[in-house]
Amino acid sequence: MPVIAPEDLKESYDAVIIGSGAGGGQVAYLMAMEGLKVLVIEAGRMVDPTREVAMFHTPNMAPLRAESTPDKQYGFYDHSVESGWEMPGEPYTNASDAEKREFFWWRQRMMGGRTNHWGRVSLRNGPYDFETRTRQGVGLDWPISYDELAPYYDKVEMIAGIFGANEGMENSPDSSPGVLLPPPKFRAGELLARDRAKKKLGLEVVPVHRAVLTKTQDADRVPAKLHPSNAKAQKLLAENMRMRAKCFFATDCHRGCAIGAAFDSMTVFLRPALKTGNLDVLPNAMAREVTVNDEGKATGVIFIDKVNGGEHHAKGRTVVLAASSQESVRLLLNSKSKTFPEGIGNANGKVGKYLTDSVSSSFSAQIPALENLPLHNEDGVVGQQAYLPFQKVKELLAGKLGFSGGYKLLTVSGRKLPSLSTGKSFDAVSEAEGIPFGKQLKEEARRYYGSFQGIGGQGAMAANDDCFAELDPEKKDRWGIPVLRFHWKFSDDELKQVVHQQETMAAILDAMGGRFTRPPDTEDPLKAVKEGGKTIHEVGGAVMGKKAADSVTDRWSRVWEVPNLIVADGAVFPGTADKNPTLTIMALAWRAAERLMEDMKRGDV
Amino acid sequence: MSEMKRIDRRVALKWISSAAASMPLIGSGQDASSDSAKAPGGKGYGPDPDLQRVYQPGDLWPLTFSDAQRATMIVLCDLIMPTDDTSPSASSLGVHDFVDEWISSPYPGQKTDRNAILKGLDWLDEEAGRQGEKDFVSLDGNAQFAICRDLSILAKKDRKAFPGSFFRRLRDLIAGGYYTTPEGMKDLGYRGNVAVAEWTGPPPEVLAKLGLEPQA
Ligand SMILES: Cc1cc2nc3c(=O)[nH]c(=O)nc-3n(C[C@H](O)[C@H](O)[C@H](O)COP(=O)(O)OP(=O)(O)OC[C@H]3O[C@@H](n4cnc5c(N)ncnc54)[C@H](O)[C@@H]3O)c2cc1C
Ligand code: SF4
Repeated sequence: MPVIAPEDLKESYDAVIIGSGAGGGQVAYLMAMEGLKVLVIEAGRMVDPTREVAMFHTPNMAPLRAESTPDKQYGFYDHSVESGWEMPGEPYTNASDAEKREFFWWRQRMMGGRTNHWGRVSLRNGPYDFETRTRQGVGLDWPISYDELAPYYDKVEMIAGIFGANEGMENSPDSSPGVLLPPPKFRAGELLARDRAKKKLGLEVVPVHRAVLTKTQDADRVPAKLHPSNAKAQKLLAENMRMRAKCFFATDCHRGCAIGAAFDSMTVFLRPALKTGNLDVLPNAMAREVTVNDEGKATGVIFIDKVNGGEHHAKGRTVVLAASSQESVRLLLNSKSKTFPEGIGNANGKVGKYLTDSVSSSFSAQIPALENLPLHNEDGVVGQQAYLPFQKVKELLAGKLGFSGGYKLLTVSGRKLPSLSTGKSFDAVSEAEGIPFGKQLKEEARRYYGSFQGIGGQGAMAANDDCFAELDPEKKDRWGIPVLRFHWKFSDDELKQVVHQQETMAAILDAMGGRFTRPPDTEDPLKAVKEGGKTIHEVGGAVMGKKAADSVTDRWSRVWEVPNLIVADGAVFPGTADKNPTLTIMALAWRAAERLMEDMKRGDV
Repeated sequence: MSEMKRIDRRVALKWISSAAASMPLIGSGQDASSDSAKAPGGKGYGPDPDLQRVYQPGDLWPLTFSDAQRATMIVLCDLIMPTDDTSPSASSLGVHDFVDEWISSPYPGQKTDRNAILKGLDWLDEEAGRQGEKDFVSLDGNAQFAICRDLSILAKKDRKAFPGSFFRRLRDLIAGGYYTTPEGMKDLGYRGNVAVAEWTGPPPEVLAKLGLEPQA
């Protein structure tokens, strides 16, 4: 496999891609399959999910019962190496430390990036989500419509393998027939939630869409659809699809999936792309800046070899930024030259602007009906199976709810693999005089285990002037590269949405007969809302737009000022919908890469 | 926020009586004690550890307990998670060694637990002294249980004040350490973590108990 070191770099590539996650993996795949010579520069180490992940280990086999530590901030078994909110030698700063004014930034330095452990929830943005300004009078419109992106959603869903159902719900689009894999059966708590939410509140609980193979992929049909008249690509994709097994309905996908049932960039994109012979991947290489020539065209990338600190220049006819949205912002701002003294794409001062994340809060209750159930395995496709898409779309658009952004609700229940906190999780419902222990604790644990229901809300956030990133005027990282400073503030609009989230969650849990330990946080939504960045859906900072004056990239994700430079991660999003970002990142990346290849063919770049 | 009041009336939440203040929150329950026991030695496992290796307490960093402290922890393990009709005791599953591993951790997150647990072990021996015994392990089982019961009540009343705070964290670690072993999981009724060819959802008897129709 062409995993290379800096001394093996070719003289020049058709494309130099920074980052190997959802966006970079997608572009590398498509271009390598289409015969272009591609380099991926990745700050982290090479990864092999088939060999290195621990799927079935129980917490007692790990240090500290696999609880999180500064070294493994999502727990020992999570497949996130060299990752975290804080990373030694790689700081970022915040302009304010007031309550909920800080932004938290999760970074993940490994081949495949955050796709190694993401939740795999894969929802399409709906048609209205591209028209926020027009419909709601806040935020920004996208320069493209849902219909323009829909074919790329289909393609990404077919290659990744996404389960779900077409429910025909307003602003939560269906996929084309035959694209989605069958959704898993619901767990007991999900069935109860579906029944009670429907009967008492008229709300639908439906299967979520997730990048997990509930069935093996159709290797006989899909490759020809994705790569018409490209026999080599069809063969390699079919081969790769056949290497991916169906989910065996056990083990947390965050730990990584050695059988290839869960989507990650290495398994789905880089593995077949490497077999084309067209792709070089360069691990442990930290990109510092994009270089440009006197005409203002991108010429390559300067990077630091993390193994020995050496500095190198990788040259390419085109450059693709896919280092994760805020890292791409940082690269643009740090790419200063005679031609672009404020950084690339930043003549209008828009690089870094319009940072958004999901607006999130959660609530939980104990459900007596779920106590003492006959023992059974509830792993399913471990993780999210069901959710409530936003269903008050009409009222929202009519301005009747008093806020502008919808939200989805994710239900969390089930007889899950216990963790260290299981031991104390029965306190709130215990009948003991003190905190329960001894035989009483054992009895109560058997009764109450698996009877808790949580709901997590994730809502839309419109681009605004209060949330953005810029270079910190002083601080540098361990390689001397200037770091980002974040500005964050929740608006009243968002906080009203949080109140509504809390009310709806309480209503659903109440409909399930839930017992509560505290009221929903409707009086103090600032307390309830998760900190900015904590949902890890951060996007924006190089937003796409119709006009060069108020955006950084055009409708094809090309930087206006530098058309042979595209941004293939969430930085181009002009706002956050009530859907998770990654499926849209990949659909946009596919579309942008396709256009870039056309531009190259035509000789435009 | 008139909206909220309206919703609250309509929803009419059912409250769990006295537990309102004690919602379990992951990572809370830290002891505020400033009594700093000698800092543990050793290093962490770093940002890229071998995930597949099976680790034992003491493999990565030196443990702390003296023989006497370890003997006390074994007794505490079996007071907090005793043998019963369906499952073994915490000490038979080595949970006392896990507690030692935890409080010996070189990471900052375990430091307050280390202080609380070591101070608490001393306190137990002093309490035994007040009851005319040499140390906690020399007390008879009833006296040991009575001390735990009193501490558990203190722990519920005030999660921060020592010695109740010590008992709370001790209980969290021993019960959590127990339920993260295969035996503990079995006792809890966890039946997953096994590969299956098909996931068929909850069995009919579960649906019947919930009064729900079979799934399509
Ligand atoms: C716990 C968790 C759960 C999540 N769940 C979901 C979910 O259910 N659904 C969803 O849609 N999204 C989810 N996400 C978000 C999702 O992971 C991201 O949206 C997605 O991975 C973004 O893709 P990306 O290509 O932009 O960035 P990444 O996947 O982060 O990849 C960026 C890559 O670039 C590399 N890089 C960064 N800087 C440099 C540099 N200077 N030089 C070279 N390389 C560099 C990084 O090392 C990394 O490998 C979740 C995230 C987390 C952490
Ligand atoms: S639940 Fe399925 S997809 Fe997820 S890690 Fe386990 S086998 Fe893989």
